[in-house]
Amino acid sequence: MGILVVAEHDNATLKGATLNTIAAAKAIGGDIDVLVAGQGCQAAADAAAKAEGVSKVILVDDAAYAQQLGEPMGDLVAELGKGYSHILAAATTTGKDFLPRTAALLDVNMISEIVKVESADTFARPIYAGNAIATVQSADAIKVITVRATGFDPVAAEGGSASIENGSAVADKGISSFVGEELAKSDRPELTAADIIISGGRGMQNGDNFEMLYKLADKIGAGVGASRAAVDAGFVPNDMQVGQTGKIVAPNLYVAVGISGAIQHLAGMKDSKVIVAINKDEEAPIFQVADYGLVADLFEAIPELDSKL
Amino acid sequence: MKVLVAVKRVIDYNVKVRVKADNSDVDLTNVKMAMNPFCEIAVEEAVRLKEKGVASEIVVVSIGPKVAQEQIRTALALGADRGILIETEEKLESLSVAKALKAVVEKEQPQLVILGKQSIDNDNNQTGQMLGALTGMPQGTFASEVAVDGDKVNVTREIDGGLRTVGLTLPAIVTTDLRLNEPRYASLPNIMKAKRKPLDVLTPADLGVEIKSTQTLVKVEPPAERSAGIKVASVDELVEKLKTEAKVL
Ligand SMILES: Cc1cc2nc3c(=O)[nH]c(=O)nc-3n(C[C@H](O)[C@H](O)[C@H](O)COP(=O)(O)OP(=O)(O)OC[C@H]3O[C@@H](n4cnc5c(N)ncnc54)[C@H](O)[C@@H]3O)c2cc1C
Repeated sequence: MGILVVAEHDNATLKGATLNTIAAAKAIGGDIDVLVAGQGCQAAADAAAKAEGVSKVILVDDAAYAQQLGEPMGDLVAELGKGYSHILAAATTTGKDFLPRTAALLDVNMISEIVKVESADTFARPIYAGNAIATVQSADAIKVITVRATGFDPVAAEGGSASIENGSAVADKGISSFVGEELAKSDRPELTAADIIISGGRGMQNGDNFEMLYKLADKIGAGVGASRAAVDAGFVPNDMQVGQTGKIVAPNLYVAVGISGAIQHLAGMKDSKVIVAINKDEEAPIFQVADYGLVADLFEAIPELDSKL
Repeated sequence: MKVLVAVKRVIDYNVKVRVKADNSDVDLTNVKMAMNPFCEIAVEEAVRLKEKGVASEIVVVSIGPKVAQEQIRTALALGADRGILIETEEKLESLSVAKALKAVVEKEQPQLVILGKQSIDNDNNQTGQMLGALTGMPQGTFASEVAVDGDKVNVTREIDGGLRTVGLTLPAIVTTDLRLNEPRYASLPNIMKAKRKPLDVLTPADLGVEIKSTQTLVKVEPPAERSAGIKVASVDELVEKLKTEAKVL
Protein backbone atom coordinates (compact mmCIF):
# COMPACT_ATOMS: atom_id res chain seq x y z
CA MET A 1 0.00 0.00 0.00
CA GLY A 2 1.77 3.17 1.05
CA ILE A 3 1.10 6.85 0.60
CA LEU A 4 1.28 8.89 -2.59
CA VAL A 5 2.15 12.55 -2.11
CA VAL A 6 1.60 14.76 -5.14
CA ALA A 7 4.37 17.36 -5.26
CA GLU A 8 3.65 21.07 -5.54
CA HIS A 9 6.23 22.58 -7.89
CA ASP A 10 6.75 24.92 -10.83
CA ASN A 11 8.89 22.46 -12.81
CA ALA A 12 12.11 24.20 -11.72
CA THR A 13 11.67 24.14 -7.96
CA LEU A 14 9.84 22.07 -5.39
CA LYS A 15 7.42 24.25 -3.39
CA GLY A 16 7.75 24.30 0.37
CA ALA A 17 4.17 23.09 0.89
CA THR A 18 5.29 19.69 -0.42
CA LEU A 19 7.49 19.28 2.67
CA ASN A 20 4.54 19.96 4.99
CA THR A 21 2.47 17.45 3.02
CA ILE A 22 5.20 14.81 3.39
CA ALA A 23 5.16 15.57 7.12
CA ALA A 24 1.44 14.74 7.22
CA ALA A 25 2.18 11.52 5.32
CA LYS A 26 4.80 10.63 7.94
CA ALA A 27 2.25 11.19 10.69
CA ILE A 28 -0.06 8.69 8.93
CA GLY A 29 2.80 6.20 8.62
CA GLY A 30 3.88 3.97 5.72
CA ASP A 31 6.09 4.15 2.64
CA ILE A 32 5.93 7.56 1.01
CA ASP A 33 6.17 7.96 -2.75
CA VAL A 34 6.18 11.43 -4.27
CA LEU A 35 4.72 12.12 -7.70
CA VAL A 36 6.31 14.96 -9.64
CA ALA A 37 4.20 15.57 -12.74
CA GLY A 38 5.17 18.40 -15.03
CA GLN A 39 7.21 19.23 -18.08
CA GLY A 40 10.97 19.65 -17.82
CA CYS A 41 10.60 19.02 -14.10
CA GLN A 42 13.70 16.89 -13.44
CA ALA A 43 15.02 19.55 -11.04
CA ALA A 44 11.84 19.40 -8.96
CA ALA A 45 12.08 15.60 -8.91
CA ASP A 46 15.71 15.78 -7.79
CA ALA A 47 14.68 18.08 -4.96
CA ALA A 48 11.84 15.74 -3.95
CA ALA A 49 14.28 12.81 -3.82
CA LYS A 50 16.33 14.68 -1.22
CA ALA A 51 13.39 15.37 1.09
CA GLU A 52 13.33 13.52 4.40
CA GLY A 53 11.26 10.34 4.54
CA VAL A 54 10.65 9.75 0.82
CA SER A 55 11.05 6.17 -0.49
CA LYS A 56 10.59 6.80 -4.18
CA VAL A 57 9.94 9.67 -6.56
CA ILE A 58 7.76 9.02 -9.60
CA LEU A 59 8.61 11.46 -12.37
CA VAL A 60 6.05 11.99 -15.11
CA ASP A 61 7.53 14.46 -17.57
CA ASP A 62 5.02 15.25 -20.29
CA ALA A 63 3.62 18.30 -22.07
CA ALA A 64 0.16 17.42 -20.72
CA TYR A 65 1.29 18.39 -17.21
CA ALA A 66 3.30 21.51 -18.06
CA GLN A 67 0.84 23.78 -16.20
CA GLN A 68 -0.67 21.03 -14.03
CA LEU A 69 -4.21 21.67 -15.26
CA GLY A 70 -6.92 20.04 -13.16
CA GLU A 71 -8.25 17.67 -15.84
CA PRO A 72 -5.04 15.83 -16.88
CA MET A 73 -3.70 15.94 -13.30
CA GLY A 74 -6.93 14.52 -11.88
CA ASP A 75 -6.78 11.65 -14.39
CA LEU A 76 -3.09 10.92 -13.82
CA VAL A 77 -3.27 10.91 -10.04
CA ALA A 78 -6.35 8.65 -10.11
CA GLU A 79 -4.49 6.20 -12.34
CA LEU A 80 -1.24 6.20 -10.35
CA GLY A 81 -2.99 6.44 -7.00
CA LYS A 82 -4.99 3.23 -7.34
CA GLY A 83 -2.47 1.09 -5.51
CA TYR A 84 -2.08 3.39 -2.51
CA SER A 85 -3.92 3.63 0.80
CA HIS A 86 -3.67 7.43 0.89
CA ILE A 87 -3.24 10.16 -1.70
CA LEU A 88 -2.13 13.54 -0.35
CA ALA A 89 -1.64 16.94 -1.92
CA ALA A 90 -1.05 20.39 -0.46
CA ALA A 91 -4.16 22.51 0.04
CA THR A 92 -3.00 25.06 -2.53
CA THR A 93 -5.01 26.31 -5.48
CA THR A 94 -3.34 23.54 -7.54
CA GLY A 95 -4.09 20.71 -5.12
CA LYS A 96 -7.65 21.92 -4.51
CA ASP A 97 -8.21 22.05 -8.26
CA PHE A 98 -7.25 18.53 -9.30
CA LEU A 99 -7.59 16.33 -6.20
CA PRO A 100 -11.41 16.30 -5.94
CA ARG A 101 -11.43 15.08 -9.57
CA THR A 102 -9.13 12.25 -8.54
CA ALA A 103 -11.39 11.33 -5.61
CA ALA A 104 -14.50 11.23 -7.81
CA LEU A 105 -12.72 9.09 -10.41
CA LEU A 106 -11.77 6.67 -7.64
CA ASP A 107 -15.37 6.79 -6.35
CA VAL A 108 -14.33 7.97 -2.89
CA ASN A 109 -15.01 11.06 -0.81
CA MET A 110 -12.27 13.51 -0.04
CA ILE A 111 -11.06 15.09 3.19
CA SER A 112 -10.07 18.73 2.67
CA GLU A 113 -7.44 20.76 4.50
CA ILE A 114 -6.52 18.49 7.36
CA VAL A 115 -4.54 20.09 10.18
CA LYS A 116 -3.94 16.97 12.25
CA VAL A 117 -3.62 13.22 11.82
CA GLU A 118 -5.34 11.26 14.61
CA SER A 119 -4.80 7.86 13.01
CA ALA A 120 -4.54 6.39 9.51
CA ASP A 121 -8.26 6.95 8.92
CA THR A 122 -9.10 9.84 11.26
CA PHE A 123 -8.19 13.46 10.72
CA ALA A 124 -8.96 16.90 12.16
CA ARG A 125 -9.94 19.78 9.92
CA PRO A 126 -11.37 23.25 10.46
CA ILE A 127 -14.96 23.90 9.38
CA TYR A 128 -17.14 27.05 9.47
CA ALA A 129 -14.20 29.35 8.71
CA GLY A 130 -12.21 27.80 11.52
CA ASN A 131 -14.87 28.39 14.15
CA ALA A 132 -15.00 24.66 14.79
CA ILE A 133 -12.59 21.78 14.37
CA ALA A 134 -14.13 18.56 13.11
CA THR A 135 -12.57 15.15 13.63
CA VAL A 136 -13.58 12.98 10.70
CA GLN A 137 -13.18 9.25 10.22
CA SER A 138 -13.15 7.95 6.68
CA ALA A 139 -14.33 4.49 5.64
CA ASP A 140 -13.18 4.93 2.04
CA ALA A 141 -10.73 2.38 0.65
CA ILE A 142 -8.39 5.13 -0.48
CA LYS A 143 -8.12 8.25 1.64
CA VAL A 144 -7.83 11.29 -0.61
CA ILE A 145 -6.66 14.30 1.38
CA THR A 146 -5.45 17.87 1.03
CA VAL A 147 -3.10 19.07 3.75
CA ARG A 148 -3.09 22.56 5.24
CA ALA A 149 0.57 23.51 5.50
CA THR A 150 0.19 25.45 8.76
CA GLY A 151 -0.88 22.24 10.55
CA PHE A 152 2.39 20.37 9.96
CA ASP A 153 6.00 21.38 10.41
CA PRO A 154 7.89 20.67 7.17
CA VAL A 155 10.23 17.69 6.91
CA ALA A 156 13.88 18.47 6.14
CA ALA A 157 14.48 19.44 2.52
CA GLU A 158 17.89 17.76 2.46
CA GLY A 159 19.37 14.48 3.57
CA GLY A 160 17.15 11.96 1.79
CA SER A 161 18.22 9.86 -1.18
CA ALA A 162 15.10 8.39 -2.76
CA SER A 163 15.23 6.69 -6.14
CA ILE A 164 13.62 8.40 -9.11
CA GLU A 165 11.50 6.28 -11.40
CA ASN A 166 9.81 7.35 -14.62
CA GLY A 167 6.04 7.03 -14.76
CA SER A 168 3.91 7.27 -17.86
CA ALA A 169 1.39 9.90 -18.78
CA VAL A 170 -2.32 9.18 -19.13
CA ALA A 171 -3.94 10.11 -22.47
CA ASP A 172 -4.96 13.78 -22.29
CA LYS A 173 -8.57 14.41 -23.31
CA GLY A 174 -7.67 17.86 -24.61
CA ILE A 175 -10.74 19.58 -23.15
CA SER A 176 -8.82 22.32 -21.35
CA SER A 177 -5.85 24.47 -22.25
CA PHE A 178 -3.59 27.03 -20.66
CA VAL A 179 -4.21 30.53 -22.02
CA GLY A 180 -2.08 32.79 -19.85
CA GLU A 181 -0.97 33.78 -16.41
CA GLU A 182 -0.33 36.97 -14.49
CA LEU A 183 1.91 36.10 -11.60
CA ALA A 184 2.72 38.60 -8.90
CA LYS A 185 6.40 39.39 -8.85
CA SER A 186 7.78 40.25 -5.49
CA ASP A 187 11.10 39.94 -3.74
CA ARG A 188 9.34 39.71 -0.40
CA PRO A 189 8.81 36.33 1.25
CA GLU A 190 5.81 34.34 0.07
CA LEU A 191 2.97 34.68 2.57
CA THR A 192 2.65 30.99 3.31
CA ALA A 193 6.37 30.79 4.13
CA ALA A 194 7.00 34.18 5.74
CA ASP A 195 8.21 34.43 9.31
CA ILE A 196 6.64 37.85 9.74
CA ILE A 197 3.59 39.22 7.91
CA ILE A 198 2.25 42.76 7.87
CA SER A 199 -1.27 43.00 6.47
CA GLY A 200 -3.25 46.06 5.54
CA GLY A 201 -7.01 46.47 5.38
CA ARG A 202 -9.56 48.98 4.23
CA GLY A 203 -8.09 51.42 6.74
CA MET A 204 -5.10 51.84 4.37
CA GLN A 205 -7.45 53.90 2.15
CA ASN A 206 -5.62 53.28 -1.14
CA GLY A 207 -2.91 51.29 -2.89
CA ASP A 208 -0.29 54.02 -2.61
CA ASN A 209 -0.49 53.95 1.16
CA PHE A 210 0.57 50.30 1.08
CA GLU A 211 4.07 51.64 0.26
CA MET A 212 4.38 52.36 3.99
CA LEU A 213 3.83 48.69 4.75
CA TYR A 214 6.22 47.54 1.99
CA LYS A 215 8.93 49.80 3.34
CA LEU A 216 8.48 48.54 6.88
CA ALA A 217 8.26 44.94 5.67
CA ASP A 218 11.52 45.18 3.73
CA LYS A 219 13.25 46.49 6.81
CA ILE A 220 12.31 43.45 8.90
CA GLY A 221 12.13 40.81 6.14
CA ALA A 222 8.36 40.49 6.30
CA GLY A 223 5.77 39.47 3.71
CA VAL A 224 2.80 41.75 3.05
CA GLY A 225 -0.81 40.57 3.11
CA ALA A 226 -4.23 42.17 2.96
CA SER A 227 -7.86 41.79 3.92
CA ARG A 228 -10.50 41.05 1.33
CA ALA A 229 -11.79 44.61 1.58
CA ALA A 230 -8.36 45.93 0.55
CA VAL A 231 -8.21 43.49 -2.37
CA ASP A 232 -11.78 44.15 -3.51
CA ALA A 233 -11.17 47.89 -3.42
CA GLY A 234 -8.25 47.34 -5.78
CA PHE A 235 -5.53 48.51 -3.35
CA VAL A 236 -3.52 45.31 -3.90
CA PRO A 237 -3.73 42.11 -6.02
CA ASN A 238 -5.76 39.05 -5.00
CA ASP A 239 -2.79 36.86 -4.20
CA MET A 240 -2.22 38.99 -1.08
CA GLN A 241 -5.58 38.12 0.50
CA VAL A 242 -5.44 36.36 3.85
CA GLY A 243 -8.51 34.56 5.16
CA GLN A 244 -11.14 31.87 4.75
CA THR A 245 -11.00 32.26 1.01
CA GLY A 246 -7.49 33.58 0.67
CA LYS A 247 -4.23 32.33 2.10
CA ILE A 248 -4.02 30.55 5.43
CA VAL A 249 -0.94 31.75 7.28
CA ALA A 250 0.66 31.13 10.65
CA PRO A 251 3.81 33.24 10.92
CA ASN A 252 5.70 33.99 14.11
CA LEU A 253 4.44 37.54 13.96
CA TYR A 254 1.32 38.86 12.22
CA VAL A 255 0.69 42.59 12.23
CA ALA A 256 -2.85 43.62 11.22
CA VAL A 257 -3.02 47.26 10.20
CA GLY A 258 -6.40 48.91 9.65
CA ILE A 259 -8.15 45.54 9.64
CA SER A 260 -11.35 45.13 11.67
CA GLY A 261 -11.03 41.38 12.29
CA ALA A 262 -14.01 39.78 10.53
CA ILE A 263 -14.31 36.03 11.18
CA GLN A 264 -13.39 35.34 7.56
CA HIS A 265 -10.13 37.23 7.99
CA LEU A 266 -9.38 35.64 11.37
CA ALA A 267 -9.84 32.22 9.74
CA GLY A 268 -6.66 32.85 7.80
CA MET A 269 -4.33 34.16 10.51
CA LYS A 270 -5.48 33.31 14.01
CA ASP A 271 -2.97 30.48 14.36
CA SER A 272 -0.11 32.97 14.11
CA LYS A 273 2.22 32.83 17.09
CA VAL A 274 2.07 36.50 18.00
CA ILE A 275 -0.61 38.86 16.69
CA VAL A 276 -0.33 42.63 16.75
CA ALA A 277 -3.26 44.86 15.83
CA ILE A 278 -3.06 48.52 14.98
CA ASN A 279 -6.49 50.06 14.66
CA LYS A 280 -7.99 53.40 15.62
CA ASP A 281 -11.23 51.80 16.81
CA GLU A 282 -10.68 50.32 20.25
CA GLU A 283 -13.81 48.18 19.84
CA ALA A 284 -12.51 46.48 16.68
CA PRO A 285 -12.86 42.68 17.01
CA ILE A 286 -9.26 42.17 15.90
CA PHE A 287 -8.21 43.23 19.43
CA GLN A 288 -9.91 40.10 20.80
CA VAL A 289 -7.28 37.90 19.14
CA ALA A 290 -4.34 40.29 19.36
CA ASP A 291 -1.54 39.66 21.84
CA TYR A 292 -0.58 43.32 21.56
CA GLY A 293 -3.10 45.91 20.55
CA LEU A 294 -2.29 49.50 19.74
CA VAL A 295 -5.23 51.88 19.47
CA ALA A 296 -3.85 54.48 17.12
CA ASP A 297 -4.15 56.11 13.72
CA LEU A 298 -2.11 53.91 11.44
CA PHE A 299 -0.87 56.91 9.46
CA GLU A 300 0.98 58.03 12.58
CA ALA A 301 1.80 54.63 14.08
CA ILE A 302 3.34 52.98 10.99
CA PRO A 303 5.89 55.75 10.21
CA GLU A 304 6.80 55.85 13.88
CA LEU A 305 7.21 52.09 14.02
CA ASP A 306 9.34 52.26 10.89
CA SER A 307 11.60 54.87 12.47
CA LYS A 308 12.05 52.82 15.63
CA LEU A 309 13.02 49.51 14.09
CA MET B 1 -27.40 28.06 -24.17
CA LYS B 2 -28.73 26.52 -21.00
CA VAL B 3 -26.97 27.26 -17.71
CA LEU B 4 -27.34 25.09 -14.63
CA VAL B 5 -26.57 26.70 -11.26
CA ALA B 6 -26.21 24.70 -8.06
CA VAL B 7 -27.06 26.41 -4.77
CA LYS B 8 -26.75 25.36 -1.15
CA ARG B 9 -28.57 26.36 2.02
CA VAL B 10 -26.05 27.16 4.76
CA ILE B 11 -25.69 29.20 7.91
CA ASP B 12 -25.82 32.96 7.24
CA TYR B 13 -22.24 34.20 6.88
CA ASN B 14 -22.74 36.84 9.57
CA VAL B 15 -23.60 34.29 12.23
CA LYS B 16 -20.87 32.98 14.45
CA VAL B 17 -21.46 29.28 14.80
CA ARG B 18 -21.27 27.52 18.17
CA VAL B 19 -20.26 23.99 18.96
CA LYS B 20 -22.79 21.81 20.83
CA ALA B 21 -22.00 21.09 24.46
CA ASP B 22 -21.71 17.35 23.77
CA ASN B 23 -19.23 18.01 20.92
CA SER B 24 -21.36 16.03 18.49
CA ASP B 25 -21.63 18.84 15.91
CA VAL B 26 -22.20 22.55 15.58
CA ASP B 27 -25.50 23.90 16.90
CA LEU B 28 -27.79 25.06 14.09
CA THR B 29 -31.06 25.26 16.05
CA ASN B 30 -32.78 28.60 15.44
CA VAL B 31 -29.78 29.87 13.50
CA LYS B 32 -30.40 32.13 10.53
CA MET B 33 -29.87 30.27 7.26
CA ALA B 34 -29.21 31.70 3.81
CA MET B 35 -27.86 30.93 0.38
CA ASN B 36 -24.13 30.20 0.47
CA PRO B 37 -22.39 33.46 -0.60
CA PHE B 38 -20.42 31.74 -3.36
CA CYS B 39 -23.68 30.31 -4.74
CA GLU B 40 -25.16 33.82 -4.85
CA ILE B 41 -22.22 34.80 -7.01
CA ALA B 42 -22.92 31.78 -9.23
CA VAL B 43 -26.56 32.81 -9.67
CA GLU B 44 -25.53 36.39 -10.40
CA GLU B 45 -23.07 35.26 -13.07
CA ALA B 46 -25.74 33.18 -14.79
CA VAL B 47 -28.18 36.09 -14.72
CA ARG B 48 -25.56 38.38 -16.26
CA LEU B 49 -24.93 35.81 -18.99
CA LYS B 50 -28.64 35.83 -19.71
CA GLU B 51 -28.78 39.62 -19.75
CA LYS B 52 -25.93 39.59 -22.28
CA GLY B 53 -27.89 37.19 -24.45
CA VAL B 54 -25.36 34.38 -23.94
CA ALA B 55 -27.59 32.23 -21.74
CA SER B 56 -31.14 31.40 -22.84
CA GLU B 57 -32.37 29.56 -19.76
CA ILE B 58 -31.16 29.33 -16.16
CA VAL B 59 -32.04 26.24 -14.17
CA VAL B 60 -31.19 26.29 -10.48
CA VAL B 61 -30.80 23.10 -8.50
CA SER B 62 -30.29 22.32 -4.83
CA ILE B 63 -29.86 19.05 -3.02
CA GLY B 64 -31.04 19.07 0.57
CA PRO B 65 -34.02 19.30 2.90
CA LYS B 66 -37.45 20.62 1.98
CA VAL B 67 -36.65 24.06 3.41
CA ALA B 68 -33.91 24.48 0.77
CA GLN B 69 -36.82 25.52 -1.46
CA GLU B 70 -36.34 28.95 0.15
CA GLN B 71 -32.89 29.29 -1.41
CA ILE B 72 -34.18 28.09 -4.77
CA ARG B 73 -36.93 30.74 -4.58
CA THR B 74 -34.28 33.34 -3.81
CA ALA B 75 -32.39 32.30 -6.94
CA LEU B 76 -35.61 32.48 -8.95
CA ALA B 77 -36.20 35.98 -7.59
CA LEU B 78 -32.70 36.94 -8.71
CA GLY B 79 -33.44 35.86 -12.27
CA ALA B 80 -33.26 32.08 -12.63
CA ASP B 81 -36.07 30.60 -14.73
CA ARG B 82 -36.93 27.38 -12.97
CA GLY B 83 -35.83 25.30 -10.02
CA ILE B 84 -35.22 21.71 -9.09
CA LEU B 85 -34.96 20.46 -5.53
CA ILE B 86 -33.58 17.01 -4.98
CA GLU B 87 -35.09 16.51 -1.60
CA THR B 88 -33.34 14.45 1.03
CA GLU B 89 -32.92 14.64 4.77
CA GLU B 90 -29.82 12.45 4.66
CA LYS B 91 -26.36 13.61 5.56
CA LEU B 92 -24.72 14.77 2.34
CA GLU B 93 -21.08 14.37 1.42
CA SER B 94 -19.61 15.91 -1.72
CA LEU B 95 -19.46 12.72 -3.79
CA SER B 96 -23.19 12.05 -3.36
CA VAL B 97 -24.00 15.65 -4.21
CA ALA B 98 -21.81 15.45 -7.31
CA LYS B 99 -23.54 12.22 -8.36
CA ALA B 100 -26.97 13.80 -7.93
CA LEU B 101 -25.82 16.83 -9.94
CA LYS B 102 -24.47 14.53 -12.63
CA ALA B 103 -27.93 12.99 -13.00
CA VAL B 104 -29.41 16.48 -13.37
CA VAL B 105 -26.74 17.37 -15.95
CA GLU B 106 -27.65 14.29 -17.97
CA LYS B 107 -31.31 15.21 -17.87
CA GLU B 108 -30.95 18.93 -18.55
CA GLN B 109 -27.89 18.93 -20.84
CA PRO B 110 -26.62 22.40 -19.84
CA GLN B 111 -23.67 23.95 -21.67
CA LEU B 112 -22.38 25.58 -18.53
CA VAL B 113 -22.69 24.54 -14.89
CA ILE B 114 -21.85 27.21 -12.33
CA LEU B 115 -21.27 26.39 -8.66
CA GLY B 116 -19.74 28.19 -5.70
CA LYS B 117 -16.13 27.19 -5.08
CA GLN B 118 -16.91 26.17 -1.52
CA SER B 119 -19.73 26.32 0.96
CA ILE B 120 -19.01 28.25 4.12
CA ASP B 121 -20.22 25.47 6.42
CA ASN B 122 -17.90 22.58 5.60
CA ASP B 123 -15.40 24.63 3.57
CA ASN B 124 -14.77 21.56 1.42
CA ASN B 125 -14.20 23.04 -2.04
CA GLN B 126 -14.86 19.73 -3.82
CA THR B 127 -18.26 19.41 -5.49
CA GLY B 128 -17.65 21.30 -8.76
CA GLN B 129 -14.42 19.43 -9.45
CA MET B 130 -16.04 16.08 -8.61
CA LEU B 131 -18.90 16.87 -10.97
CA GLY B 132 -16.31 17.69 -13.62
CA ALA B 133 -14.66 14.31 -13.26
CA LEU B 134 -17.97 12.41 -13.20
CA THR B 135 -19.32 14.13 -16.31
CA GLY B 136 -15.98 14.36 -18.11
CA MET B 137 -16.32 18.14 -18.30
CA PRO B 138 -13.41 20.58 -17.95
CA GLN B 139 -13.44 23.07 -15.09
CA GLY B 140 -12.52 26.65 -14.36
CA THR B 141 -12.29 26.75 -10.58
CA PHE B 142 -12.05 29.85 -8.33
CA ALA B 143 -13.19 32.05 -11.22
CA SER B 144 -12.85 35.81 -11.22
CA GLU B 145 -13.81 36.22 -14.89
CA VAL B 146 -15.88 34.12 -17.28
CA ALA B 147 -15.91 34.84 -21.03
CA VAL B 148 -18.02 32.59 -23.27
CA ASP B 149 -16.90 32.59 -26.88
CA GLY B 150 -18.75 30.24 -29.25
CA ASP B 151 -18.20 26.67 -28.13
CA LYS B 152 -15.44 27.67 -25.70
CA VAL B 153 -15.23 29.53 -22.43
CA ASN B 154 -12.20 31.31 -21.05
CA VAL B 155 -12.06 31.36 -17.27
CA THR B 156 -9.66 33.52 -15.29
CA ARG B 157 -8.85 31.81 -12.03
CA GLU B 158 -7.56 33.19 -8.75
CA ILE B 159 -4.50 31.13 -7.92
CA ASP B 160 -1.98 31.39 -5.10
CA GLY B 161 0.55 33.24 -7.24
CA GLY B 162 -1.88 35.59 -9.00
CA LEU B 163 -4.25 34.96 -11.91
CA ARG B 164 -4.37 32.21 -14.51
CA THR B 165 -6.64 31.93 -17.54
CA VAL B 166 -7.70 28.56 -18.92
CA GLY B 167 -9.65 27.80 -22.10
CA LEU B 168 -12.36 25.15 -21.77
CA THR B 169 -14.42 23.31 -24.36
CA LEU B 170 -18.15 23.53 -23.62
CA PRO B 171 -19.96 22.02 -21.84
CA ALA B 172 -17.88 23.10 -18.88
CA ILE B 173 -17.94 23.76 -15.17
CA VAL B 174 -17.19 27.04 -13.43
CA THR B 175 -16.75 27.48 -9.69
CA THR B 176 -16.96 31.04 -8.43
CA ASP B 177 -14.56 33.08 -6.36
CA LEU B 178 -15.55 36.24 -4.50
CA ARG B 179 -14.42 38.76 -7.06
CA LEU B 180 -16.33 37.31 -10.02
CA ASN B 181 -19.17 39.78 -9.47
CA GLU B 182 -21.21 41.54 -6.82
CA PRO B 183 -24.60 39.88 -6.47
CA ARG B 184 -27.69 42.06 -6.73
CA TYR B 185 -30.57 42.10 -4.28
CA ALA B 186 -33.92 40.70 -5.30
CA SER B 187 -36.61 43.34 -5.78
CA LEU B 188 -40.01 42.89 -4.18
CA PRO B 189 -41.85 42.44 -7.52
CA ASN B 190 -39.29 39.81 -8.52
CA ILE B 191 -39.74 38.01 -5.22
CA MET B 192 -43.49 37.91 -5.92
CA LYS B 193 -42.92 36.72 -9.48
CA ALA B 194 -40.53 34.01 -8.28
CA LYS B 195 -43.38 32.38 -6.36
CA ARG B 196 -45.02 31.46 -9.65
CA LYS B 197 -41.91 30.13 -11.37
CA PRO B 198 -41.76 26.32 -11.71
CA LEU B 199 -40.00 24.36 -8.97
CA ASP B 200 -39.81 20.59 -9.40
CA VAL B 201 -39.22 18.43 -6.37
CA LEU B 202 -37.52 15.10 -7.01
CA THR B 203 -36.01 12.45 -4.78
CA PRO B 204 -32.54 11.00 -5.26
CA ALA B 205 -34.28 7.73 -6.16
CA ASP B 206 -36.19 9.47 -8.98
CA LEU B 207 -32.80 10.18 -10.50
CA GLY B 208 -31.41 6.75 -9.72
CA VAL B 209 -28.92 8.19 -7.24
CA GLU B 210 -28.03 6.61 -3.94
CA ILE B 211 -27.00 8.96 -1.13
CA LYS B 212 -24.11 7.26 0.59
CA SER B 213 -22.00 8.42 3.50
CA THR B 214 -18.43 7.24 3.98
CA GLN B 215 -17.35 9.72 6.62
CA THR B 216 -18.17 9.71 10.32
CA LEU B 217 -18.08 12.88 12.32
CA VAL B 218 -16.24 11.69 15.42
CA LYS B 219 -16.42 15.00 17.25
CA VAL B 220 -16.57 18.74 16.76
CA GLU B 221 -14.68 21.06 19.06
CA PRO B 222 -14.25 24.79 19.36
CA PRO B 223 -10.86 25.97 18.15
CA ALA B 224 -8.15 26.66 20.71
CA GLU B 225 -8.93 30.07 22.19
CA ARG B 226 -6.22 32.66 22.12
CA SER B 227 -5.53 33.96 25.58
CA ALA B 228 -6.51 37.58 25.88
CA GLY B 229 -3.71 39.97 25.03
CA ILE B 230 -2.93 43.43 26.26
CA LYS B 231 -3.23 46.93 24.90
CA VAL B 232 0.00 48.85 24.59
CA ALA B 233 0.00 52.60 25.07
CA SER B 234 2.58 53.59 22.50
CA VAL B 235 4.70 52.46 19.58
CA ASP B 236 7.70 52.42 21.94
CA GLU B 237 5.98 49.99 24.27
CA LEU B 238 4.96 47.82 21.30
CA VAL B 239 8.53 47.59 20.02
CA GLU B 240 9.83 46.86 23.52
CA LYS B 241 7.28 44.05 24.08
CA LEU B 242 7.95 42.49 20.67
CA LYS B 243 11.68 42.49 21.35
CA THR B 244 11.90 41.44 24.97
CA GLU B 245 8.64 39.67 25.82
CA ALA B 246 7.47 38.02 22.58
CA LYS B 247 11.02 37.89 21.16
CA VAL B 248 9.79 38.01 17.58
CA LEU B 249 11.81 41.00 16.40
C1 LIG C 1 -17.90 34.25 1.92
C2 LIG C 1 -16.98 35.32 2.41
C3 LIG C 1 -15.62 35.08 2.42
C4 LIG C 1 -14.74 36.06 2.86
N1 LIG C 1 -13.41 35.80 2.85
C5 LIG C 1 -12.55 36.72 3.34
C6 LIG C 1 -11.15 36.47 3.40
O1 LIG C 1 -10.66 35.43 2.96
N2 LIG C 1 -10.35 37.42 3.93
C7 LIG C 1 -10.83 38.61 4.42
O2 LIG C 1 -10.03 39.43 4.88
N3 LIG C 1 -12.14 38.87 4.35
C8 LIG C 1 -13.01 37.96 3.82
N4 LIG C 1 -14.34 38.27 3.76
C9 LIG C 1 -14.76 39.65 4.06
C10 LIG C 1 -14.91 39.96 5.54
O3 LIG C 1 -16.22 39.59 5.95
C11 LIG C 1 -14.69 41.46 5.80
O4 LIG C 1 -15.60 42.19 5.01
C12 LIG C 1 -13.29 41.96 5.50
O5 LIG C 1 -12.33 41.13 6.11
C13 LIG C 1 -13.14 43.38 6.01
O6 LIG C 1 -11.86 43.90 5.70
P1 LIG C 1 -11.20 45.06 6.56
O7 LIG C 1 -11.05 44.59 7.96
O8 LIG C 1 -9.99 45.51 5.84
O9 LIG C 1 -12.27 46.23 6.41
P2 LIG C 1 -13.23 46.88 7.51
O10 LIG C 1 -14.05 45.87 8.16
O11 LIG C 1 -13.89 48.00 6.81
O12 LIG C 1 -12.23 47.44 8.60
C14 LIG C 1 -11.37 48.51 8.41
C15 LIG C 1 -10.72 48.79 9.75
O13 LIG C 1 -9.75 49.81 9.58
C16 LIG C 1 -9.78 50.66 10.73
N5 LIG C 1 -9.22 51.95 10.31
C17 LIG C 1 -9.71 52.81 9.39
N6 LIG C 1 -8.91 53.88 9.28
C18 LIG C 1 -7.89 53.72 10.15
C19 LIG C 1 -6.74 54.49 10.51
N7 LIG C 1 -6.47 55.66 9.92
N8 LIG C 1 -5.90 54.00 11.44
C20 LIG C 1 -6.17 52.82 12.06
N9 LIG C 1 -7.23 52.05 11.77
C21 LIG C 1 -8.09 52.48 10.81
C22 LIG C 1 -11.23 50.72 11.11
O14 LIG C 1 -11.36 51.07 12.49
C23 LIG C 1 -11.69 49.30 10.82
O15 LIG C 1 -11.58 48.47 11.98
C24 LIG C 1 -15.23 37.31 3.30
C25 LIG C 1 -16.60 37.54 3.30
C26 LIG C 1 -17.47 36.56 2.85
C27 LIG C 1 -18.93 36.84 2.85
